[in-house]
Amino acid sequence: MTAPTLSHDDDVVICVRGLKNGFGEQIVHEDLDLDVRRGEILGVVGGSGTGKSVLMRSIIGLQTPIEGEIEVFGENTIGRDETEATEIRKRWGILFQGGALFSTLTVSENVQVPLKEYYPKLDQALLEEIAAYKVVMTGLPPEAAPKFPAELSGGMKKRAGLARALALDPELLFLDEPTAGLDPIGAAAFDELTASLQKTLGLTVFLITHDLDTLYAICDRVAVLADRKVIAVGTIPELLALDHPWIQEYFNGPRGRAAVSSVKANAGHATEDRG
Amino acid sequence: MSALADFERVDSGSGGAVLRFTGNLSLASLGDLPDRLDAVEGDVSRIDLSQVERIDTVGAWVVHRFARDKEAPVEGLQPASQHLFDQVVAAEHPIELPRKPASPFVHLLSEVGDAVLTAFHTLYGLLGFFGATLIAFWNVARHPSRFRFNATVHRFEVVGVSALGIIGLMSFLIGIVIAQQGAVQLRQFGAEVYTINLLGRITLRELGILMTAIMVAGRSGSAFAAQIGTMKLTEEIDAMRTIGVSPMEALVVPRVLAVVMMLPLLGFYSALIGIIGGGLLCWVQLDIPPVTFVQRIREVVPLTDLWVGLVKAPVFGAIIAIAGCFQGMQVEADAEQVGRRTTIAVVQAIFLVIVLDAFFAVFFTQVGWI
Repeated sequence: MTAPTLSHDDDVVICVRGLKNGFGEQIVHEDLDLDVRRGEILGVVGGSGTGKSVLMRSIIGLQTPIEGEIEVFGENTIGRDETEATEIRKRWGILFQGGALFSTLTVSENVQVPLKEYYPKLDQALLEEIAAYKVVMTGLPPEAAPKFPAELSGGMKKRAGLARALALDPELLFLDEPTAGLDPIGAAAFDELTASLQKTLGLTVFLITHDLDTLYAICDRVAVLADRKVIAVGTIPELLALDHPWIQEYFNGPRGRAAVSSVKANAGHATEDRG
Repeated sequence: MSALADFERVDSGSGGAVLRFTGNLSLASLGDLPDRLDAVEGDVSRIDLSQVERIDTVGAWVVHRFARDKEAPVEGLQPASQHLFDQVVAAEHPIELPRKPASPFVHLLSEVGDAVLTAFHTLYGLLGFFGATLIAFWNVARHPSRFRFNATVHRFEVVGVSALGIIGLMSFLIGIVIAQQGAVQLRQFGAEVYTINLLGRITLRELGILMTAIMVAGRSGSAFAAQIGTMKLTEEIDAMRTIGVSPMEALVVPRVLAVVMMLPLLGFYSALIGIIGGGLLCWVQLDIPPVTFVQRIREVVPLTDLWVGLVKAPVFGAIIAIAGCFQGMQVEADAEQVGRRTTIAVVQAIFLVIVLDAFFAVFFTQVGWI
């Protein structure tokens, strides 16, 4: 018997309904609803402390919510037993904020960890090869594969973390502030990488970010977290049409305007190139 | 829904064999496909992927690897899948497989060589650190205003006062054990009364200070390494340097001073408690009343025994503190090192203390403090 699904739309990969999260007295989320559609890059924004990371942690099962239902790939993720949870875990990849690479393993071994865990029958030579092309696909130089995380720069750690997140060829990718702490060039390159991998691998991306440039450059839709819930989801023009003070300040503040103008300038260049 | 990946061989007459893949060419439904592909023999002229339902990067890699080895073209992919396939092919580059382990003998030799080199390296570093500590002390002596009085007193408490309980208990028990074992052996010669000689001399000369040093190395030496190591990781040490605070003066001097000052006191205290413990056993088991016991102690234990213990203590203290701080300063890169360096600090401190104790023993015998 299958539990009735919340959303009968096959194109919804993540479906959150009535989520309530809190730590002791402090309530982080209340009555939060969110849908993530297949094949989109959904940006999640919100002020510090609005629970962006907590929302991600609840979806991936690291944090048990007080109330509410969460479905990923049409399956309820709360209160599952380990074997069922494992089946879902195989289908997603997660990039944590600091990369969260295992410090005692090399980059290549880090990428192999999920592969070995779920597919112990693959032989070592194939594992090495898979790790090698994944490392290159995420834009790292091949020489980085045998290095330990401590020998990598911050940007390279993020890429290595992404390579590990992509190890199982997931359908769904969670990125927690992927461009935080990167220089603007590195951040732009990472955005481009995310977009191109998303296109190549047909990923659905749940992307938490503070980076306005990332939002403008690669996100199909943006979800805004405020007042303990998702107050709006939509494309940036749709959000700008709303009359919420935080949204207005966020997108129309000095940084927001700068990001818009840079995107427009880039778009202009692109059309010139084509012409 | 997820048909297992499979392939079949189709002979197309003119151009040789065609390998046609079917099903899901994805990691989850790959099964033993890689092994079966390895077993394919003979020439393959073409690889047909038009019947494939879904392909992911691992599937693409497995096919590409096979196609590359057989020098066969890959055909029939949908445009989107073809893009993915091309991306995977573009990401190919030669990899170095992990080297095969050398023969056990060579391995052993290289391990020994490594260990010797590391030992010399550490000794060299330790000497350098000792020098740096002396310079820091000299600087502090020249500019007494830079001496961190509060930090030092705080260390006195952590290293000395907080250790009184555990060191007292340990010494008390060891005193009892020595007296009891001594009495059993000496009884065979009817010389039970010499238990007091044994107990008094060994605790004051050797055991009191040695056991204390080991305990302090475990309690404080390890703590120093872990504290300083963590500060190194969180860049606190770098921050200190940029502000103009010398980590040697701010962190190392108070710690070294604290252990150097506390160890003689703790060692003496330990010897005293050990003698009390042994005295208690003599009273209970050998019927030697406390007054007689104390009189005997005063007669048989020369004052030089006390000096032997007290002279060694500050040296041991300096070794423990310097080993701890040195290993803490060596931490780099990751959290695992903090643990490793802490262990090394303790092992090194105890080892050096015992080596030096042997030298001291020979030395004191030569100068006639027997």
